[in-house]
Amino acid sequence: MSLLQVQQLTKSFGPVDVLKQVDFSVEPGEVHALLGVNGAGKSTLVKILSGDYEKDDGSIQINGEEVHFTSPSEAQAKGIAIVVQEVDTGLIPNLPVVENLTLDLTVGGKNSRPISWKKRRHIARERLAKVNTHIPLNQLIEDCTLSQKQMILLARAVASEAKIIIFDEPTAPLSDHETKQLFQVIEELKTQGIGMIYISHRMQEISQIAERMTVMRDGKAVAVYETGKVSSEEVIQTMLGKQLHKADYHHRKISGETMFEIEHLSVPETGKQVSLTVGAGEIVGVAGLVGAGKSETANAIFGVTNAKGKWFVNGHSVSIKSPRHAVNAGLSFIPEERRKSGVLIDSSVQENLSLPALKSFSPAGWINRKKEHQSALEQIEELGIVTSSPKALLKHLSGGNQQKVSIGKWLNHDSNVFIFDEPTKGIDIGAKNDVFRLITHLADQGKGILYFTSEFDELLQIADRILVMADGEITDEMQNQEATEARLMTAAAGGNAVETVEYQRLSAARP
Amino acid sequence: MKQLNISDYPQQDLKERIVNFFMKFGTLLALGLIIVFFSLTNDQFLTYGNITDILRSISIVTLVAIGVTFSMIVGGFDLSVGSTVSLATVASGALLVWHSQELLVVLIVPLVLGALIGLINAFIVVKIRIPDLIGTLAVMYIINGVHLTYTKGYSIYGNMPMPDGSGTAPGIFIPAFQFIGQGRLFNIPFPVILMVVIVALVHLFLNYTRAGRLFYMTGGNKEAARLSGVPVNRYRTYAYVISGVFAALAGIVLAARIGTGQVSAGDPLLMDGVAAALIGYSVFGAGKPNVIGTFVGAIIIGILLNGLTMMNVPYYAQDIIKGGILVGALALTYFRKKE
Repeated sequence: MSLLQVQQLTKSFGPVDVLKQVDFSVEPGEVHALLGVNGAGKSTLVKILSGDYEKDDGSIQINGEEVHFTSPSEAQAKGIAIVVQEVDTGLIPNLPVVENLTLDLTVGGKNSRPISWKKRRHIARERLAKVNTHIPLNQLIEDCTLSQKQMILLARAVASEAKIIIFDEPTAPLSDHETKQLFQVIEELKTQGIGMIYISHRMQEISQIAERMTVMRDGKAVAVYETGKVSSEEVIQTMLGKQLHKADYHHRKISGETMFEIEHLSVPETGKQVSLTVGAGEIVGVAGLVGAGKSETANAIFGVTNAKGKWFVNGHSVSIKSPRHAVNAGLSFIPEERRKSGVLIDSSVQENLSLPALKSFSPAGWINRKKEHQSALEQIEELGIVTSSPKALLKHLSGGNQQKVSIGKWLNHDSNVFIFDEPTKGIDIGAKNDVFRLITHLADQGKGILYFTSEFDELLQIADRILVMADGEITDEMQNQEATEARLMTAAAGGNAVETVEYQRLSAARP
Repeated sequence: MKQLNISDYPQQDLKERIVNFFMKFGTLLALGLIIVFFSLTNDQFLTYGNITDILRSISIVTLVAIGVTFSMIVGGFDLSVGSTVSLATVASGALLVWHSQELLVVLIVPLVLGALIGLINAFIVVKIRIPDLIGTLAVMYIINGVHLTYTKGYSIYGNMPMPDGSGTAPGIFIPAFQFIGQGRLFNIPFPVILMVVIVALVHLFLNYTRAGRLFYMTGGNKEAARLSGVPVNRYRTYAYVISGVFAALAGIVLAARIGTGQVSAGDPLLMDGVAAALIGYSVFGAGKPNVIGTFVGAIIIGILLNGLTMMNVPYYAQDIIKGGILVGALALTYFRKKE
């Protein structure tokens, strides 16, 4: 008998069927990965299991017992816990770790008796120990790193004696080392007979940690594979349901002229200096693990933070003290936090697209709305943005389409240099290929591209030259032909020998 | 790529459509119902004289509310507009009565004062980064204190005895100035003409010019706008200055209308102005500050006050109705905002 057995699960929102007779199961001690492009129905399935949504039809059985959840607390009572992607929604930022870990003792209904701080700390320490983590108990949540927050959520889930734990893209914010740490915990949970549902886009991780995987597409569970018995290619094809055009790197001819140069740029947050050059038509990748200082550097280059240094565009020295200066100097920036700083989600597609080059749409101060609309229509067509109209609000678009807008808005502007910071974060493979095509197209027009990412395989596909960043400094440089994922990983971790040692120590300490 | 069209979802259910209708037109519907109700209960209500009365009485609130709308558009808030109205009222009165100044001076000085207050607000909120509600609250107190100190707490009227006991004030409220508040053009009160022209100009400015768009973008997402090259702090500063200038203009019209420089005359205008701007969010389902909405909001408040007064509802009870209307309008805006 399966731990969790989902049969013929159906759910629709108004006229849209988001789940169509989905079958799904999890065995005790199994990690079952859930894959699918954005909008395939993964989130809806998980939200029904965790009690956020009510199912329309079908059956959910836990250990053979039929269940029907109308609220998250009912799901929790039946032993389903979820480690959410937005870790901050589950924690109280201005309380210390110990109180967040033992929240159930404070608000735990009939079990809430007065409890001494000593005992609470003891319990908190025990709970953290179960997930192999050490976090100072008095540290405030707002001072915790993302991975610490995630571990606290996981510790809470384990402590609630959950039988099924759902992970929603748990490794997206984690560094390589933190990912390994998480996987150790997951392995241990397996031995305790806990079933886990693991949502991720990362094939490599899934083959490492999961026993089985279910691929979802258009609201249906289209295939179940056993890990190791299927190639990544095949899985990706099943996800997309069509032939994947892999944007394999092909050598491009670069003129060799320098388009953009920074000299001794002091990045405030990292306290380090960075110098680099980008040629005309060249895609320069900057690889680094999470926490290596990539975003900080990208922000400093664009004048978001108050950085000191020298900038040269086409050989001319420019002074950049604010994003406005950067824009005027012909720089464009696609930031990592799309919804927070890349696009205006409460404004229309059209207004977002015209923003950086608004002047060209309003020579005398009056906006030529016809021209703006026409230009938006052309860009929507050109970039393949899926939207009901140019006047649709951006918040109604999917992540991938928002990203296309975030890039597209700079195409009206007379930019020479494009800075991308993790441009494929949270977008599906189809949109990712569109983004890659766009970037290559820009480079072919002679623009200079700076591409910051922690997804090393992306750089192998697209970058002409790759810089490796560790601890805020550029530690290695290579042409695409010389690069391998292994070399990049080694160089990226190279600045951080302690991490490797610590990992070995942790592995040794395990029974 | 496939284009999603609204027509892909023909069976949008009835409940959805009703909710959508009310989100869009609920406020206008309420306005219509109020008008029908008052005209049925009182045959004096729908007369030309009363309508112009209503419009004249809301002209001052509308001017204040337009300023408030600007500060809200950039994502800020200006609590000092009421005291700015008071200061401008007193300043124009003092210039006329105590200093016997010409019309031009009497107009320019209060407007400059309003702009200065806006700059102070901007300095406090944009530069020092005190949260807008708290920062402009502090400025509200300061301006209140300043205008009371300046007049020693006395209201200003023509040929009044000087507060320091040095005889009688030399000046009066000259007719040219009073025309601003009491005059008529083509049998329409001048302040009404002023209001309608300004509403139209501001509407054009906000929706059809680059600067207007950038005000909205700044308020929509400061960080994203900044990263797109918008000088957001400059636009936030402009918004507070504009807010101050509109409050000062309202103060001038108020002084001209009542013919005295009444101390603390602007106090009740703050809340009415804010209420008008907030009601404006719901007009046509805009969901954001907009000047046409603000105008409708001011009309609703004006009609309510007028109608309720005709029905002999005491002024202190009218606030209950005002608050109720505000809750209703905000409910239309925010009811489905959590998505």
